[in-house]
Amino acid sequence: MTKMINLTINGKAVQVLEGTTILEAAKQNNIFIPHLCYLENVHKFGSCRLCVVEVEGSRNLQASCMVPVWEGMKVHTNSGEVRKHRRMLYEMMLSNHPQDCLSCTRNQDCEMQAMGQLLGVTEARFGGDNEKGEVEITPSITRDMAKCILCRRCVTACNQIQGVGAISSQKRGFNTVISPAMELPLGSVDCAYCGQCTAVCPVGALKETDAIDMVWQALEDPNKRVIVQTAPAVRAALGEEFGMEAGHCVTGKMAAALHELGFDDVFDTNFAADLTILEEGTEFLGRVAKALTGGEATLPMITSCSPGWIKYVEHTFPDELDHLSTCKSPHMMLGALIKSFYAKKIGVDPKDIYVVSVMPCTAKKFEVTRPEMMNDGVPNVDAVLTTRELAKMIKQNGIDFVNLEEMNFDNPLGLSTGAADIFGVTGGVMEAALRTVYELVTGRELPFPELHVSPIVGLEQVKEATIKITDTLPEYKFLEGVEVKVAVTSGLKGAKKLVKQIAEGISPYHFIEVMGCPGGCIAGGGQPRMTTDELRQKRMAAIYEEDEGKPLRKSHENPDIQKLYKDFLGEPNGHTSHELLHTHYTERGLYNDRLQEEI
Amino acid sequence: MKEEKSICCCCEEENQAELIAKINEVIEHYKNKEGSLIQVLHQAQNIYGYLPLEVQKLVADGLGKPVSEVSGVVSFYSFFSTQPRGKHTIRVCLGTACYVRGGKKLVDRLCDILDIKVGDTTADRQFTFEVARCIGACGLAPAMMIDDVVYKQVNPDKLNAILAKYKD
Repeated sequence: MTKMINLTINGKAVQVLEGTTILEAAKQNNIFIPHLCYLENVHKFGSCRLCVVEVEGSRNLQASCMVPVWEGMKVHTNSGEVRKHRRMLYEMMLSNHPQDCLSCTRNQDCEMQAMGQLLGVTEARFGGDNEKGEVEITPSITRDMAKCILCRRCVTACNQIQGVGAISSQKRGFNTVISPAMELPLGSVDCAYCGQCTAVCPVGALKETDAIDMVWQALEDPNKRVIVQTAPAVRAALGEEFGMEAGHCVTGKMAAALHELGFDDVFDTNFAADLTILEEGTEFLGRVAKALTGGEATLPMITSCSPGWIKYVEHTFPDELDHLSTCKSPHMMLGALIKSFYAKKIGVDPKDIYVVSVMPCTAKKFEVTRPEMMNDGVPNVDAVLTTRELAKMIKQNGIDFVNLEEMNFDNPLGLSTGAADIFGVTGGVMEAALRTVYELVTGRELPFPELHVSPIVGLEQVKEATIKITDTLPEYKFLEGVEVKVAVTSGLKGAKKLVKQIAEGISPYHFIEVMGCPGGCIAGGGQPRMTTDELRQKRMAAIYEEDEGKPLRKSHENPDIQKLYKDFLGEPNGHTSHELLHTHYTERGLYNDRLQEEI
Repeated sequence: MKEEKSICCCCEEENQAELIAKINEVIEHYKNKEGSLIQVLHQAQNIYGYLPLEVQKLVADGLGKPVSEVSGVVSFYSFFSTQPRGKHTIRVCLGTACYVRGGKKLVDRLCDILDIKVGDTTADRQFTFEVARCIGACGLAPAMMIDDVVYKQVNPDKLNAILAKYKD
């Protein structure tokens, strides 16, 4: 039996479940207690102390985010004493925070700044160490630890949520710093660049490494053909940056904004998501065929679309890389196609093409710098913008996003099926693959209502499904009666569980989908802050709505993909595909100890 | 000559391997006990003398923790050291009483004599030099300790004579 506790908050009698904190109890009763480090359902640490309240009978003010309620408790959240102390605490926090707010990337988007305004702080009486410090710039993430307020949300994201543990609190007192072991640079350790830390940072301490300037420069260069593509999850969240209601895709407005920003071609990563299904599906069938006909094949096969996941597995399980699909991630595929197939079509030298990917992801910024993501000495993709960065550019350009007339993506790399849309959400890549593979093997549609493989839909950490194959087409006789077992996970903690099974030789699965961020790309490290579970649900609904609204729902039905194979690629997993669309992986090791010294 | 050198090198490596093996034994013993990180680090430091990153990685891997967490604990507690330590540890008290009675002068003079900063170890690995915040000998200010011995009312001019006793 759950017990109810009676207490009063500001004289109002309320009843909450036992174990509820004062802060939560207040919130449930529509009383707002200012707080900074606390993040609902994510992080409870009590480091900022701004949520202090007066509890009758207690000697000191209590941090309301940490203290559970008790029977008969009398709380005052807004007494003169509380207000005085909150302001003082804030001023002390301010005393060693650089005061360059006007030129900070988080200006007007900073929780600390907002808190100062909320508390009515109008002076900074204490002088402390507020010098600028060293800034570390990795390909994905920029760390400016002078701005850190030690809330430790990032530590929670990295350790408890992702299970990576690249960063932690080092040293003590005034010397405390959030960093990798021994204050090594982030770029030198096993950070996956998932960016979940940047998505929860309340201030300007952790952020994506800026690509906006580079993209403006390319757009202004008259000798460059600048081509943009957008990931499926971007359209499901971009509207939030403009105050639009969450849970609806803004695909048409986004395409219009990109045209208005001056991109020469606006293509869709979704096109390449459909392409990925054909490449990856074929690869999977090939592996299964080999395994079932007495050959050697590495199973389960694991998806390779999420570059945070890829870097993670290269560090953590360098001996299991054969399980990864060799497919490049969709935007890398599209970049490779733009600079080969499309360059030839429009008669432009690939060196004069500049490809920008708009992604919900910080790890993609690192991915494009990988040496294997080049063809003929030209990088497949030149720059990656996060969803947040695209929103900034749209604002900088004075575009009235909300009132834009909707536009379409450009041809021939803009058309996609519903199967591509769901690449943005956990379970989506697997579902898209199953829609195609099942039909290819049996000649029948995947037997699920609305084509949604319900057991692998939703936000649970690890999901699984079994699909029994019967009545196959003659050429797939070897699959008759086979029960295909698949698993889906999002977040690196779940990925660790599944790969550990593989390493121990007890994985029951044939095919595994991994997305590096909890919930999938809809909640990626480059998406609008702060991603709550409620927002995940809404963005997920938006993605499924987009899928269901498409006339074509299966990747192999995309006529432009069919045409691309006919005119250019030949066949899935064929020679040209392998050149352009597939890749290999690097054994890194937990401490980069498996990396070959570069000479 | 060449041969001699290689033998010497082998010795050191063997010695190193022995130390690592001992640390691994400790880890094995504490592996499945919750909350034993500090204990393991303490014993590892006793075995190895200090806790360089390599030893921290060993402990991290053994206990299934990220090395960033291990390093966080090592850097939090002042009795863990990531630098090699000297044979003897000098601690000058800078508690309030010792500070006002000239503790700071002792620190300055020791920096000169030893030619190192606070927290460092002399090149000959004889001394590690630290400061302490009150060692509970306020009546004897300014006080300092070398290993377990407390020196009371220390005169900076006597420091050379005191240190001489500890030199091999």
